[in-house]
Amino acid sequence: MLEAKGLAAIRGERLVFRDISFRLERGGALVLVGPNGAGKSSLIRLVAGLTPPAAGALLWEGADALDDPPLHAARLCFVGHADAIKPGLSVAENLGLDRRRPRAEVLAALASVDLERFADLPARLLSSGQRRRLALSRLALSAAPLWLLDEPTTGLDAASVRRLEANIARHLGLGGMVIAATHLPLDLPGARPFDLAGQAA
Amino acid sequence: MKPFLALIRRELILALRHAGDSVASLLFFVIAASLFAFAIGPSANVLSGIAPGVVWVIALLAALLPLNRLFAADFEDGSLDQLMLSGLPASAVALGKIVGHWLTTGLPLLLIAGPVAIMLRLGGDAVPQLLATLLPGTMLLSLVGGMSAAVTLGARGGTVLLPLIALPLMIPAVIFGAAGAVAQSPFAELAMLGGLLALFLPIAPLAAGAALRASVG
Repeated sequence: MLEAKGLAAIRGERLVFRDISFRLERGGALVLVGPNGAGKSSLIRLVAGLTPPAAGALLWEGADALDDPPLHAARLCFVGHADAIKPGLSVAENLGLDRRRPRAEVLAALASVDLERFADLPARLLSSGQRRRLALSRLALSAAPLWLLDEPTTGLDAASVRRLEANIARHLGLGGMVIAATHLPLDLPGARPFDLAGQAA
Repeated sequence: MKPFLALIRRELILALRHAGDSVASLLFFVIAASLFAFAIGPSANVLSGIAPGVVWVIALLAALLPLNRLFAADFEDGSLDQLMLSGLPASAVALGKIVGHWLTTGLPLLLIAGPVAIMLRLGGDAVPQLLATLLPGTMLLSLVGGMSAAVTLGARGGTVLLPLIALPLMIPAVIFGAAGAVAQSPFAELAMLGGLLALFLPIAPLAAGAALRASVG
């Protein structure tokens, strides 16, 4: 269970948000909404442990989550607004260069975003929507319970958005948790919208 | 250990796919050294006298060239976020990138330094001693340079700032390295270089890791 208590973020000299509190149970999803600059990305990076909170605490099963950054990193899979794709590597290589990982696992992850045909293509040849899908295929490869998605649907076609929704629903069904920031309405069962501008769940 | 080795492997594969970056610093090394030969003249006496110092200084400058992309490329495309969340402590990510820099820049420079020194009329029997000082020298530059690259990451004018931070820190290494390359018995100088290495091996990754944490935040 993930719990945020009175989180605040400061970027530059500006207070982005404060007093953000929420609880996320297993199987729960939180959809962050709010205008540009409301702090959706900041909150996601904060929960990922990339940014230290200016105030407040983030609790995982009741203990401080940010105490041990490598341990916290193992609990989550983060897909930021940058795709983190190396154009010089092939599509499959971009998912990790671990030789011991079976290729079938990588291909299955690529199949979850309908990219398995391009596995051996250099990633520089992908279109921007395909790059986004490649970034999202990291979710299928990760065993982490918490998915953090920053604008996951940017550049995706309608079929890919449906596929992403199905993947998220399956993850939630298996007891996973999702926090997603998005402007487009994502059709997720049981997802709570969380308005950062109004700061009320 | 496994994710750390995977990170180094990734660095090597990426360097191989973008071989131009590593080759550029090697070519810089060769061309800058030959400029000395052209500017000072072919006199063997003069050239062989300055060869160890010239090789040392130019090797440092050449190894500096790829440093401003060491973390910046990963920072810009979001890979640094993924590296920080790969389960490795930030200092281990920094050390992995530093080792990658040495393997793709320091080691090739070391391999080509011998022929370049001979081109500058250094006697063949003096070359092993020069390389013995350059081995810890290039490692030191990777450590100090990697630390500087992390500190200047995301800063405006980082490209200019990086050598301004890294090169002064390298002055002790240059003093003892260039002196050790021509000393009768270079053990004291090599011991000093080893001491510097022992100092920066823990400090540089820790400082770089803290800087990386601050810049992704």
